[in-house]
Amino acid sequence: MTAATSFSIILALLTAVATGLVGSFALMKRMSLAGDVISHIALPGLGLALLLHFNPLLGAAATLFLGTLLIWRLQSGGTLTTDVAIGVIFTAALAVGTLLTPSEDLIEALFGGFQSLTLMSFSLGVLAVIAVTTFLYVSRHKLVLSMFSPELAAATGVNVSRLNLYYLLIFSLTVLLGLRFLGALLVGALIIIPAATGRQLTHTLTRFLIASSVASLVSVGIGFAINRFYSQLTIGSVTLNLSLGPAIISVATLLFLLSFLKRKT
Amino acid sequence: MPLLMVRDLTVQLEGQSIIQGLTFELETGEILSILGPNGAGKTVLLKALLNLIPYSGEIAWQQGVRLGYVPQKIDADRHLPLTYRDLCVSKCRIVKMPVTEIDPIARSVGLTDEMLKTPVGHLSGGQFQRGLIGFALIGKPNVLLLDEPTSSLDEPGEEHIYELIHRLQDQYQLAVITVSHDLSFVYRHATRVLCLNRRALCMGGPQEALTAEVLEQLYGPSYSYYRHDHVGTAGDSK
Repeated sequence: MTAATSFSIILALLTAVATGLVGSFALMKRMSLAGDVISHIALPGLGLALLLHFNPLLGAAATLFLGTLLIWRLQSGGTLTTDVAIGVIFTAALAVGTLLTPSEDLIEALFGGFQSLTLMSFSLGVLAVIAVTTFLYVSRHKLVLSMFSPELAAATGVNVSRLNLYYLLIFSLTVLLGLRFLGALLVGALIIIPAATGRQLTHTLTRFLIASSVASLVSVGIGFAINRFYSQLTIGSVTLNLSLGPAIISVATLLFLLSFLKRKT
Repeated sequence: MPLLMVRDLTVQLEGQSIIQGLTFELETGEILSILGPNGAGKTVLLKALLNLIPYSGEIAWQQGVRLGYVPQKIDADRHLPLTYRDLCVSKCRIVKMPVTEIDPIARSVGLTDEMLKTPVGHLSGGQFQRGLIGFALIGKPNVLLLDEPTSSLDEPGEEHIYELIHRLQDQYQLAVITVSHDLSFVYRHATRVLCLNRRALCMGGPQEALTAEVLEQLYGPSYSYYRHDHVGTAGDSK
């Protein structure tokens, strides 16, 4: 295995921990749907960057940042139209993004794939993972109160609106980390599904956070292994294309289904 | 200076006037009951007192006042993997209180160790309400603001919560501001009553302030009879 390949796998595993943790809070904030579709807004930026030949992650970061501010505004407004706006904006982002993305890159932009990493990208990625986990660790108490009751959190002295903005920015940073190997359509799933598994299995906060991260880590680990050793699986006359993103999310979904068999601890 | 001084308080939400020109004062150790029909601005008044919403006019708390708040209802997800203790620990960390404060407070509101370990979604209505009151007591408040603390409970539960509030008031030397529909609590324990319907309709001790006319204005004609019953009960219990 080359250094570039190891970098890629290590960063993916670290990212898995970040998505598990961010997802746990997303689930508690009841923003799993918004969370799932937030990643779609990366697509227009990604497509534009590919079209104009600059770093696709920079393009994705730009539209994600704008999208984050937009969602924050919608949330703060507390209007009934948030659902509608999310429905419209994100499907529109998907459509426009698909139009902009050169067709040879489209599948990878939507569903991800394996990419080797330079030391520079790897280091930036690790820094981003550290930023995500540090924020969640430092703000966990405020996040917990604000998702239980924004009103009680505010009465306790938490600036709920600012906390929401920071959380959404951290969420977007996590999307950006996962975008590389999961694509715009699937990265949201690695944030939501392992957390759903964690919630199914636990009923205290610490165990929930650990279970979600482990579910995410296992999904990415097994997903990478499947993709590496059986990139195609032929059963009779049918050949399954086990590409990376779909393999990871399939494993995550399987774990979620298995979680129904176990009682809460 | 009084514990709380409210001068010419006006609150507008989304262009609609909810409270108009409200003025009142409260002294240390008092129990103020806020009465009024639905939509009278009772919850809004509490939120303004807590500085959670914008207002015009003046709200001045005495220096060193710490507020504890018990909201009317919390629309919490029943599947949240959060125990009651998780919530209390989070509040302790935010207000920088030692977590050792949790156990004595939980006991004082009648929650057992087992309940502390229970996910919040699995607590019964009464346990949850006690939990919220305990939660408000973290951080050593000297004023407790409660928004219809019994709205989700049946009658015996209601009675228990009011007894609890009265006991806590003694134990922690609290001033209490409560939105309440329960006139028997008002007559028995409140030292002051504020009748609200966008503006103040009455203010004073319950016996003087709650005249038949005021009650009729607040709730309609049937309530004026209700009052006489409770005046009698209150007198008997003295």
